[in-house]
Amino acid sequence: MHGKGLRGLSIATAAILVTAFALVFFYAPLDADQGFVQKIFYLHVPMAIVALCGFIFGGICAIGFLRTRDRKWDLRSYVAIHLSLILGVGVLITGSIWARASWGHWWVWDEPTLVSFLIIFLLYACYQPLRFSIEDPDKQARYAAVFAILAGAFVPLNFLAVRLAQPLAHPRVLGASGNLPGSMELVFLVSLLGMALLFVTLWKYEMAAKETRMRLKSLRRRLLST
Amino acid sequence: MRAVSALVRKDLLLELRTKETVPAMALFALVAYVLFHFALRRNTLEGDLAAGVLWVTILLAAVLGINRLFVAEREQGGFDGFLLAPVDRTAMLVAKATALLCFLVVLEVIAVPAFFLLLLGPSAGPAFPELLAILALADVGLAVVGTLAAGLAVQTRARDLIGPLVTLPLLVPVVLAAARATSPLFSSPAGGVEAKWLAVLGLYDLVFVLLAYAVFDFLLED
Repeated sequence: MHGKGLRGLSIATAAILVTAFALVFFYAPLDADQGFVQKIFYLHVPMAIVALCGFIFGGICAIGFLRTRDRKWDLRSYVAIHLSLILGVGVLITGSIWARASWGHWWVWDEPTLVSFLIIFLLYACYQPLRFSIEDPDKQARYAAVFAILAGAFVPLNFLAVRLAQPLAHPRVLGASGNLPGSMELVFLVSLLGMALLFVTLWKYEMAAKETRMRLKSLRRRLLST
Repeated sequence: MRAVSALVRKDLLLELRTKETVPAMALFALVAYVLFHFALRRNTLEGDLAAGVLWVTILLAAVLGINRLFVAEREQGGFDGFLLAPVDRTAMLVAKATALLCFLVVLEVIAVPAFFLLLLGPSAGPAFPELLAILALADVGLAVVGTLAAGLAVQTRARDLIGPLVTLPLLVPVVLAAARATSPLFSSPAGGVEAKWLAVLGLYDLVFVLLAYAVFDFLLED
């Protein structure tokens, strides 16, 4: 069951997230040329990484569903993609704010990571319309799984194509954590851990809620049939 | 193999007799050129702009064909007939992708010369072998991804909406690579095609052909 250990996990998530934000505001050094606004990096990049991993996890769960035909895998895939979509909205909004603050425009087309993310977001935005316009629950799960696998494979391919299309006008300082100073990297890793834990916690809550609802439904059906 | 050829023959015969899809696609492309002419306020195009207009037009015309690809199967019970027949289900994928590829080739035979005639600048004399290679690679991607997306969308309630919505983001890399590869051919001192774009198109085709082969069976189960 997914409800197990949720309390401990929730407490750990809250603690790490609070620590991460405390580190971001009081420990991480101010960026030399961007100043305070660069701190949005500790929210934006972890969210983007977690959302992409969530999309790919959704694709892997979809493979699990097609192999085992166990509805649980379908539910896992659905919840992961659903949460990643919500995170994706956050990524686009924080990215936009960051772009406005550091380059003066709400949207910049020559930032390949952001553009790739937008394309992927637009693709996954079709997941729910596709899923919920199929009535038959078995067919719904099957079609959603096929979509999740296709879209999951599309993620790296799309990043490659968009990255190649850029003349690399911006020096990529913040994209790779390899050339961050040590204190920034530490704060970034803590933020990433916090965001990943937040995703796992929310995912488990949603799974537990869905399982409970399904059990309730079957219990009620049994009660009515006797 | 015999199943594939029978299915392809059925689709092409159906198209020859009803003339429902391909004329509409070609007509759409011509209308799009006229629209681009007025919307951009240009009499001739070259370089990036020419490549972009050509590829967006081909993509949108292809979406028309993709949307109609499985309509006959659904409305006339073709899926049931196919599933009752003792053949491999992959035959449907291969046949439909081949049929869509044929439609795209016919579309391009009309739409590309029309583009040269109507919109392409006089200075730009494109190199045909390179252009054909780009068209061929892009068509394979369009056909495979289009068949998959059409197969996904046809069972939904809002299939006319879901089809294009799923297809367009999936085909962004194809348009990107094809337009980037084509634009030096349309520039006034014509340049060569960058090999990396052909490689991206080839990789895209390869990945989606394999994926389509792996997942298409699951779309045809009942």
